[in-house]
Amino acid sequence: MQISLTVNGASHALDVPANTLLVDIIREHLGLTGTHVGCDTSQCGACTVHMNGSAVKSCSILAGQADGAEITTIEGIGTPDDLHPMQAAFRECHALQCGFCTPGMIMRAIDLVEKSPDLSNQAVREGLEGNLCRCTGYHNIVKAVLLAADATRA
Amino acid sequence: MSDTGIGASVRRREDVRFITGSGRYTDDINQPGQTYAVFLRSPHARAKISAVDSSAALAVNGVHAVLTGQDMAADGLGDLPCGWLVKQKDGSDMVSAPHPPLAHTVANYVGEPYGIVIAETLAAAREAAELVMTEFDELEPIVDLTGARGADQIHEGVSGNLAYDWELGEKAATEAALAGAAHVTRIDLTNNRLIPNAMEPRAALGVYESATGEHTLYTTSQNPHLERLILSAFVQVAPEHKLRVVAPDVGGGFGSKIFVYAEETAVIWAARKVGRPVKWTADRSESFLADAHGRDHVTHAELGLDADGRFVALKVQTTANLGAYLSTFGSSVPTYLYGTLLAGQYATPNIYVEVAGVYTNTAPVDAYRGAGRPEATYVVERIVETAARELGRDPAELRRLNMIRPDQFPYETPVALVYDTGDYEASLDRALEHVDYAGFPARRAASEAAGRKRGIGFACYIEACGLAPSQLAIQLGAGVGLYESGEIRVNPTGNVTVFTGSHSHGQGHETTFAQVVSDKFGIPFEDVEIVHGDTGRVEFGLGTYGSRSLAVGGSALVSAADKLIAKGRKIAAHMLEADVDAVEFSDGQFLVRDSNQALSFGEVAFAAYVPTNYPTDLEPGFSEKAFYDPENFTYPAGTHIAEVEVDPATGVVTLVNFVAVDDFGHVINPMIVDGQVHGGVAQGAGQALLEHGIYDDFGQLVTGSYMDYCMPRADDVPDFLVDTTVTPCTHNPLGVKGCGEAGAIGSPAAIMNAVTDAVGDNGLSMPATPEKVWRALHG
Amino acid sequence: MYQFNYHRPATLEEATRLFSEADDGFYLSGGQTLIPTLKQRLASPSDLIDLSGIEGMKGIEAGNGVVSIGAFTRHAEVAASGVIRETLPVLSALAGLIGDAQVRNMGTLGGSVANSDPAADYPAAVIGLGATVHTSSRTIAADDYFQDLFETALEPGEILTRIDFPVPDRAAYRKFPNPASRYAVAGVLVADFGGSIRVGVTGAGPCAFRATAMEEALSADLTPAVARAAEVPAGNFNSDLHASAEYRANLVRVMAERAVSDLLAE
Repeated sequence: MQISLTVNGASHALDVPANTLLVDIIREHLGLTGTHVGCDTSQCGACTVHMNGSAVKSCSILAGQADGAEITTIEGIGTPDDLHPMQAAFRECHALQCGFCTPGMIMRAIDLVEKSPDLSNQAVREGLEGNLCRCTGYHNIVKAVLLAADATRA
Repeated sequence: MSDTGIGASVRRREDVRFITGSGRYTDDINQPGQTYAVFLRSPHARAKISAVDSSAALAVNGVHAVLTGQDMAADGLGDLPCGWLVKQKDGSDMVSAPHPPLAHTVANYVGEPYGIVIAETLAAAREAAELVMTEFDELEPIVDLTGARGADQIHEGVSGNLAYDWELGEKAATEAALAGAAHVTRIDLTNNRLIPNAMEPRAALGVYESATGEHTLYTTSQNPHLERLILSAFVQVAPEHKLRVVAPDVGGGFGSKIFVYAEETAVIWAARKVGRPVKWTADRSESFLADAHGRDHVTHAELGLDADGRFVALKVQTTANLGAYLSTFGSSVPTYLYGTLLAGQYATPNIYVEVAGVYTNTAPVDAYRGAGRPEATYVVERIVETAARELGRDPAELRRLNMIRPDQFPYETPVALVYDTGDYEASLDRALEHVDYAGFPARRAASEAAGRKRGIGFACYIEACGLAPSQLAIQLGAGVGLYESGEIRVNPTGNVTVFTGSHSHGQGHETTFAQVVSDKFGIPFEDVEIVHGDTGRVEFGLGTYGSRSLAVGGSALVSAADKLIAKGRKIAAHMLEADVDAVEFSDGQFLVRDSNQALSFGEVAFAAYVPTNYPTDLEPGFSEKAFYDPENFTYPAGTHIAEVEVDPATGVVTLVNFVAVDDFGHVINPMIVDGQVHGGVAQGAGQALLEHGIYDDFGQLVTGSYMDYCMPRADDVPDFLVDTTVTPCTHNPLGVKGCGEAGAIGSPAAIMNAVTDAVGDNGLSMPATPEKVWRALHG
Repeated sequence: MYQFNYHRPATLEEATRLFSEADDGFYLSGGQTLIPTLKQRLASPSDLIDLSGIEGMKGIEAGNGVVSIGAFTRHAEVAASGVIRETLPVLSALAGLIGDAQVRNMGTLGGSVANSDPAADYPAAVIGLGATVHTSSRTIAADDYFQDLFETALEPGEILTRIDFPVPDRAAYRKFPNPASRYAVAGVLVADFGGSIRVGVTGAGPCAFRATAMEEALSADLTPAVARAAEVPAGNFNSDLHASAEYRANLVRVMAERAVSDLLAE
């Protein structure tokens, strides 16, 4: 089927099978491999991207559902020389180890802070319910999200 | 201390690529002409494979091949070996059942691969895999650990499904001491099966160049050289010099990516068969079925104490589930990495342990974060806590009474280890302070008033890390030496490329190793690049596991650096017309003692590559390598204290406070060390409260996805309070001990001690799930 | 995932026509249950009919003691809706507990209720509030809607378009999540309609149901202790890896007790 979508500000028109997942469009068709796949039951959140301004799991969205959508991936929020405050906070707080869950975690965390600017430690923990990390024990992720929330408010 | 040197919390350089989505994991790599593989997996726990009909599958558009275990066997590929030979009580070798990479006559666990489908697209491969008609003759599966000791043999000639019956320590002396003890505490424990679940599923991409005969395997490995060695020497997929193994960015391992698995073996073999690159990435469901699992012990233990409360003897009997086959290091985990740690931090004079290693029709069990040491700690620290309760003693003080004192080091345990150094009371005291032990009764009262039960629990753990002195390891059955290699290549312009046989899959080597080397040479941190994970670039290596990277791999780099400094002193002495003995190296400068003559590190490096004014008896170039073989294990130790609250109406346990005070020796990067502890504690909390790999009676894995296997989430754990004490390791140049596993080693026992403190023991087993706890409370 | 034809109709009529023309058509709403099912090759529809383009299935309205929510309203919209927070806060709170944030950003009210997963949250509200389910062809009372495991009163091809939730005097929902999946092991919504109490239970049985004995007891004496002591139809409860029927029965009572406490504290 023919679809068109905007990814990180660039428009794409694609011809893909109807059973193509958004994550496959992002990774395989557009070569943006920062978005990861960590499970097959929509639990781990490694594939989280923004669709029309909200965090979604790109492994559970079909091509047709993404038709016409504005997508932002980890590659679209900052660069090594100009990091998004959430990216900078993750590095500052050592909120990542192997880095595999990190893009999804950051994309969800940005969404969380945008929608709930006044976050407690517990609210961050609950807000990250849809993202699994096996390395960090979440301690430093929570710190990073709170730090970025502060930076965003300031 | 410089702001990037040893001891500084340098922000990680690898993060820049990970936070921007520029990491390069195996599944991110694509090759021109790449095909896709899907594995055929046994749906049965135990079945004869009678016939595989792939005609319908081969008719699917885009399918290149359906290859089976028969094809692989016909090509003469060898079995997957177990790399550690355990000797039994009677001196005989363990019984290692043949483990073909792809099953060809019988499948022995659900998910065991027996074939591979290769197609132009993943969709075609999946479709074709469903069309392969396989005839299975189902056999009665042997799933239950206790039921496995009967007459029915999973593997021909393995009587009672016993891989080995192993012992360590003095049985008679231990039993005599128990008989004479004033008090004996007895305990029965289960150490629950865990499924590692690194967030990156395993993946492999095999490439074969027919013109040169070169094979390249990109794969998710913690030890690419070991992978290459096993694939060439044992499985014989390709000769070692024609096989390059690349482990690029790897998304966590926790042990599960040490092992050589069927899938990467099949992928590299198949790439040659079909003449196209072959790529496979596990679905999480496959990871659950076919990654090596961890733990799975059943144990009875007895601890004897004298009238003063001193431990006089510990006897431990364990049955360890090894799964259907012996995985790469599966045999060593419940033996040498377990029995040897049963002294814990205590001066118990008599210890005896016997372990029955048993085959079952379940996924192979091998090392998972801590590997044997969490199991040992769980036995020791649960029984000590239970003894304290039985005797009405304060659990902290009973431990203190029995701890090995600092003046007793080096301390030889009754279970074959020599602890080099430690100060266990220092960690205990610091942890008691952090947790406000004195304030616990008031906190418990406050919880009671709010209708909740509160408990506190301890674990004073020890671990043997820095695997391992090669001669000792080989003597005990290891199939390889366990040294590490490192090479430091100083470039002509004075910056440095470091090659390590260690592998980083989250640990942050690219940062810490650069701290060590830049500190050593007195050069900017930015001038040091760390290369790892590629047999084509790094000479050799044994990889990363057993908290060994810094203690062994880092020490190799120190040795190489020392060689360079020695050579540099000769070059500088020549250039400065001084005696070599008068040249010192300090802070990046080669200095002539008692003079103002000096050459920088960069100047000496340049001279080595442009040898105009250069010693005639010295080779040009400024590059050195070293293999470092440790003298002994390292012995990180510490005290973990958990506090939990229990909701009696639902049985929900909330981990409300966790304190970890660890002695890792010197710390290179405190930020990274703290992070390692955080992650380990969360995994330990997962074991204690959430995670359990469960097979049903038919050998079907019923916890085969995140819908049923409970991974710790952010709201399952609190902030952790972590701190360190320091007794430097006495036998490696950095004085470091290793920190990667400690969190997972101490925490399960501490948490279960806290839960049972809150609700009573009642045979409660891990994980202490809400219903189990509710039943413990309400009968 | 098997192959299928994908359609995004603009009207209900077109949607039902596409369904009737398909060999084995499935409606796609938010997809947060259906797509994982398709990925695991547990379903192989010939046609997927995406309901996201149907304007009439969206929107939130309140008035005359009813909150009316279009079936294609996403959980996050319900959780964040000022109108619902104001008039029916129990529903925004419940919606905020479904799945996780990413799932709530896609999943819809209609998808959840049409699927009738025994562990879904919304069915507790549909039952507990005595909602009216509107479809492409009729209206169905809550008490007639849920029939069995994944079985509802919906006929093949019938589309759930809107749900009207009566606004009670006060109500509260408590959920005991499965630690792994975060679905409800037991979820209880207690609503007070002028002293008449309705109790909707999800997670415990094959589908959501009213705990009638508890309703009677609470209608006589609305206290947490009464909820805790009430009889629940445990004979029919689910028993699985995560909770036995007996433990679920306990959880239903405890969640009800806590919901009553919350409701009384309003």
